[in-house]
Amino acid sequence: MAEQLYNAIFVGSIYALFAVGFALVFSVLDILNLAHPVVFMLGAFVALFFMSTFGLPAALAAVAAFAVTGMFGIFLDRVAFAPLRRRGAPPLSAMISSLGFAIVVIRLMELRYGPDLVSYPAGSLPQTVLQIGDARLDGLRLLIIGLAIVLMVGLTYVVRATQLGRDIRALAENPRAARLLGVDVDRAIAATFFISSGLGGVAGALLGFAYNAIYPQMGTPYELKAFTVMVVGGMGSLPGAVLGAYILGIGEIAALVFLPAELAELRDALAFGLLFLVLVIRPRGLLGHRVADRA
Amino acid sequence: MNAPLLEVEELRVRYGAVEAVHGVSFLANAGEVTALIGANGAGKSSTLAAISGLVPADGRIRFDGREIGGAPPHSIVRAGIVQVPEGREILARMTVEENLLMGLRGRDRAEIASAYERFPILRERRALLAGSLSGGEQQMLAIARALLAQPRLLLLDEPSLGLAPMIVKRVFDTLAELKRQGVTMLLVEQNALRALRLADRAYVMDLGRIVMRGTGPELLRDEGVARTYLGG
Repeated sequence: MAEQLYNAIFVGSIYALFAVGFALVFSVLDILNLAHPVVFMLGAFVALFFMSTFGLPAALAAVAAFAVTGMFGIFLDRVAFAPLRRRGAPPLSAMISSLGFAIVVIRLMELRYGPDLVSYPAGSLPQTVLQIGDARLDGLRLLIIGLAIVLMVGLTYVVRATQLGRDIRALAENPRAARLLGVDVDRAIAATFFISSGLGGVAGALLGFAYNAIYPQMGTPYELKAFTVMVVGGMGSLPGAVLGAYILGIGEIAALVFLPAELAELRDALAFGLLFLVLVIRPRGLLGHRVADRA
Repeated sequence: MNAPLLEVEELRVRYGAVEAVHGVSFLANAGEVTALIGANGAGKSSTLAAISGLVPADGRIRFDGREIGGAPPHSIVRAGIVQVPEGREILARMTVEENLLMGLRGRDRAEIASAYERFPILRERRALLAGSLSGGEQQMLAIARALLAQPRLLLLDEPSLGLAPMIVKRVFDTLAELKRQGVTMLLVEQNALRALRLADRAYVMDLGRIVMRGTGPELLRDEGVARTYLGG
């Protein structure tokens, strides 16, 4: 039981890191960044590159993954979103544009690495098992949970307490007011993509470490989950996305624990059913603003 | 004689195929209050939007001798032109204090004290979401926030719009106080009587053109202005 709860928190932490970045871009620009799963995947491969080419330890490789995917996020914005923004294109165009971008990058990665599972260099990942009572817990996952929490606390600090964070929130709430208050909009958008993609990239690297198996399509299953988590948490609400992510993680593992083995295939159905129920009861999501507040 | 701080020449603002401002020219002198009055749709707000860099415009806009036409809004703010927009545009999902910090833009937090001294009600409400303030309080917040940005020229777009008469009086008392302190202002108002009483210099706009100009007292005495804009 303790092991299952532990795994639920681990899975929830990965979902949360993935989903906050997704929600951050949505809150500022009102667009769904369908290339976010690509950033997630690239994070895992960037870590692999630094570990196998330069022999970097996993922890430093995760930092490198943050920096590289953060920069990649700025590039993604310049290529897939900025040209559409300048022309005032509708959000749907941005969605399609990011989807196209994602497919191109995934195919390029498949050309380079093949579609199959790739592992990290042997012995590069810490392998410790914590024995607590009857429970055997993977030590690496504990580090990952801790790091995810540190990153989310850091994100909260940046968004709530720094001038950059206020700029980003002002831009999210009222772009015209933000401009009149001297917010450098291009800079704030670049920072938004750097943070969003950096967190997504770290999430991918951490997941890759935990499973020691990465592949170019690895981000795809997370896309729909992140979208669902964001809707349930309240569109664009960062604490809402984190809360939704842990509920989904716990819901999935609970389904695994409580459903009989022959119904295990239903675990996604149960988890998504739970989230659907939340929406029926609370259409604006757990921590969403009322529509009137967003107007 | 004051030197012109802002010189606008032949300004044209176009939205798609429709031209809203047809080549207006005017000055705002340092230390003075300049008013643009006129009916709804005269092009006053478009003129301010162009000065702040929010909409593209043709013509020349010189601030302190430097051409600023075409510059992005944030660098215009940094140059010292700060606008209190129509409808106040406070950030409703931020606290009152966070709104004020947006005006400070990373400068020493202690400067917020000056805003609280001028508007004690904001100190009381500092931790509340700005969206929960009354219309008058929001206008105070918008003005306080703009002042914290250290404007050399304060643009005010319809500061009395939608406010109760008593609150309008308080807003104009505040503006009069700022004038005494030497703050240079460019004021756009439909409430022509109050605007002209405050203004050193005023321009009347109609259908995207300037149709009359003079000092505040001159325009207050003018019969045409009285008939059209003062309800006289």
